[in-house]
Amino acid sequence: MIRMKEKLQVFIENAGWPRIIIGLFLVSLFIAAPFVGVRLDASLSDTLVRVGMNGILVLAMVPMVQSGCGLNFGLPLGIIAGLLGAVTSIQIGVTGTLGFIAALVMAVPLAVVFGWMYGQLLNRVKGDEMMIATYVGFSSVALMCMAWLLLPFTSPTMIWGYGGSGLRTTISVEGFWLNALSKHLHIKIGEFFYLPIGMYIFFALMVFLVWGFFRTKTGTAVTAVGSNPEFARASGIDVDKMRTISVILSTVLGAIGILVYEQSFGFIQLYMGPFYMAFPAVAAILLGGASVNKASMVNVLVGTFLFQGILTMTPSVINSVMQTDMSEVIRIIVSNGMILYALTRKVMVKR
Amino acid sequence: MSDVIPLLRMENIGKEYFGNRVLSDVSFTLMPGEILGLVGENGAGKSTLMNILFGMSVIEETGGHEGKIFIEGKEESFKDPFDALKAGIGMVHQEFSLIPGFSATENILLNRESMKYNPLVEVFGDRFKTLDRVDMKKRAVKAIDTIGVTLAPDTLISEMPVGHKQFIEIAREIDRKNTKLLVLDEPTAVLAESEAKVLIEALKKLACQGIAIIFISHRLQEIIDLCDKLMVLRDGRVIQEINTKNTDVRQIASWMVGREVSSEAEKSEGKDREFGEVILETQNLWVDMPGETVRDVSIKVRRGEIFGLGGLAGQGKVGISNGLMGLYVSGGKFLLRGKEVKLNDPNRSLTEGMAFVSEDRRGVGLLLEEGIDWNIAFTAMQVQEKFILNLLGGLVKWRDDKAITKCTEDYIKALEIRCTGPKQRAVELSGGNQQKVCLAKAFTVAPEILFVSEPTRGIDVGAKKLVLDTLRKVNEETGTTIIMTSSELEELRSICDRIAIINEGKVSGILPAKSPAEEFGLLMLGHIVEKTANELNAERCG
Repeated sequence: MIRMKEKLQVFIENAGWPRIIIGLFLVSLFIAAPFVGVRLDASLSDTLVRVGMNGILVLAMVPMVQSGCGLNFGLPLGIIAGLLGAVTSIQIGVTGTLGFIAALVMAVPLAVVFGWMYGQLLNRVKGDEMMIATYVGFSSVALMCMAWLLLPFTSPTMIWGYGGSGLRTTISVEGFWLNALSKHLHIKIGEFFYLPIGMYIFFALMVFLVWGFFRTKTGTAVTAVGSNPEFARASGIDVDKMRTISVILSTVLGAIGILVYEQSFGFIQLYMGPFYMAFPAVAAILLGGASVNKASMVNVLVGTFLFQGILTMTPSVINSVMQTDMSEVIRIIVSNGMILYALTRKVMVKR
Repeated sequence: MSDVIPLLRMENIGKEYFGNRVLSDVSFTLMPGEILGLVGENGAGKSTLMNILFGMSVIEETGGHEGKIFIEGKEESFKDPFDALKAGIGMVHQEFSLIPGFSATENILLNRESMKYNPLVEVFGDRFKTLDRVDMKKRAVKAIDTIGVTLAPDTLISEMPVGHKQFIEIAREIDRKNTKLLVLDEPTAVLAESEAKVLIEALKKLACQGIAIIFISHRLQEIIDLCDKLMVLRDGRVIQEINTKNTDVRQIASWMVGREVSSEAEKSEGKDREFGEVILETQNLWVDMPGETVRDVSIKVRRGEIFGLGGLAGQGKVGISNGLMGLYVSGGKFLLRGKEVKLNDPNRSLTEGMAFVSEDRRGVGLLLEEGIDWNIAFTAMQVQEKFILNLLGGLVKWRDDKAITKCTEDYIKALEIRCTGPKQRAVELSGGNQQKVCLAKAFTVAPEILFVSEPTRGIDVGAKKLVLDTLRKVNEETGTTIIMTSSELEELRSICDRIAIINEGKVSGILPAKSPAEEFGLLMLGHIVEKTANELNAERCG
């Protein structure tokens, strides 16, 4: 009995109260679902699909957090690189998995360039990275609003019907690379339960690559820079270079992440689409137990699942119970509340 | 004398900081118009004593003090500095507490400005009085004149040379009408010699007007010139209280540094140690390290030697190793094994076979949030590619966690690091164990030259001994050249072969560790430029 209690205490200490509370809340939502007429299998499937869609965007937080650049509020920059890859791929007109790969091939080099510039900027504002990153994200979105109109794309599926030029706000990828990853090895049980295994494999590959990176010499140096830049410098590390590497990595993951998101979602959202994309990702990784200077793969997985779970379940369940649309309010409270909580908490010293 | 009531009497003052005794049983009296010189090494307890006198909040917060303070025969216990000010005690701080954008007059009279009445005061109270600038200037000029310097009262503080700022601080205390006792904490440290002379004359004048002065300085000649009597503190005890007429600089110096631990120093002198060729040489080295500026240092260190860098805090001894390791901007010539090496490049310094145990343990020395294993292995892994597995034909440099854990466990055993295991975070260790981790980090790169900076600061006696023994052992077994910086002279003397004393950013002298303590003391205070032990001996005996 006492052993059990100790084990429970250790578990709570390791998991942290916020995750336990949110987790219990999520479980209660799943339990309540059938009673208010929400299908459990559909909800679960929905949650899991969303985890696969958003996972890489959350993963894009990890490198910058680890290098001490803080949470990547500039995620829209990476997303824009991804969007450019996506529209270029559609312009070329390659379809299927090849089309998705074409989008990746376009997006990744662009993300490297954007990330390098973004990194140079962040190296000049050490200590205020997160604030500057937020504005980098916002202003890059604003700049691209003009670019989307002016870029010389001609594919009729993408441009405004009436003007004959400029990209539309929402572009369907149907007929190009819709479900390019998700369709592989997908499992369908009954009418409502669906698992896109192909997308999970891709997500797992990305998680593995990032995990692996942080076990290499360079990855270790990046972590050390985040932990104590003075220590790293005294050990002969080029601090600015390591930070730049991490920012590039984060930006590239942002670009890949949005492509995975779109192939499952079915639409490319331009203009203000990327504007608020950073916040759910930030909230998810913080919910997963990361702090502003430490994040792990477990944080990514747990955080994405909890956050997307809440996001999927609250609208359907709460709305059925209360007969009003509270979903957006709850979503905002959860995501911004988590950001607020994580930014103010201190790492506890255990002796 | 007994019929006159002393202005200040401190009786049996003692103070402990978290079980660490910094002052014990300090008693002295001060007559009106008397000047007391207070001398002692860094950490001897001077500042603590003055903080107690002044009622600084740190004292109360850390559990108060022992003993009693009498002002003009009446027992006082100041709750905060304002009480002390009211009682007529003025203090001139080491750091300037002046407002840079204000003029000299405004600073001197801050919060005691002359006021003019206007009708608004009837409605809004005294806060609506306006400044009487004419009278303020008059008062400021008077205060400045009392010191005996020429200063334009309208100059902005930010445009003044440092020396003048010091005068303004003193003028501020003088303007206070009831000032009976003035405490000056190293007022001459920032002054040029001529300015210091003016200040000393001014202080003498003040003393004639009946103001008692407590004067803290490292410049012993000033103490002798100015003070009526002096008190030497060492390790929180009064070592000597004497009239300045009856002593000289040399004697004071020996009181300051002399400790009865020379037995250990003797031990290592048993056998003659042999050294190789000159391995490290600096020529006119300068380092721009804030608070520890190195101006012009030329030293030669031989292979296998343990070389000490000593001196008072802030004189630049710490800057030398930091500069040579590339952590602060530096210049001059730096030769290793006779070949010139580029400065300002930490990576280069490491690949040349040097390692550094920083004095700033928590700031530079450790990855506080990471485990002991990372702390120990990181530098060797990055610089020398130890603990690396080359995968895919060297394309991927994989971290070899098994080797790291193994190495860490070895060091935990060898250095008796008290921890729960190799994964325990460095922040959770005690100071002594953190220092051992820092040493292990340096040993892991197997350096040819090891810089150790303040290795025993803030750690307990047991850990101290282990650290010093380990250094000695490494030097003997591997022939590693060690350059050790320390504020504790006795520690340097117990382990080093030769010791260079750094004063005002320059080498004031290099002596064998066997030389008597007082000679080091003199060098620390910058009185003798350079004399060999023999010359000094001859002087003393002759």
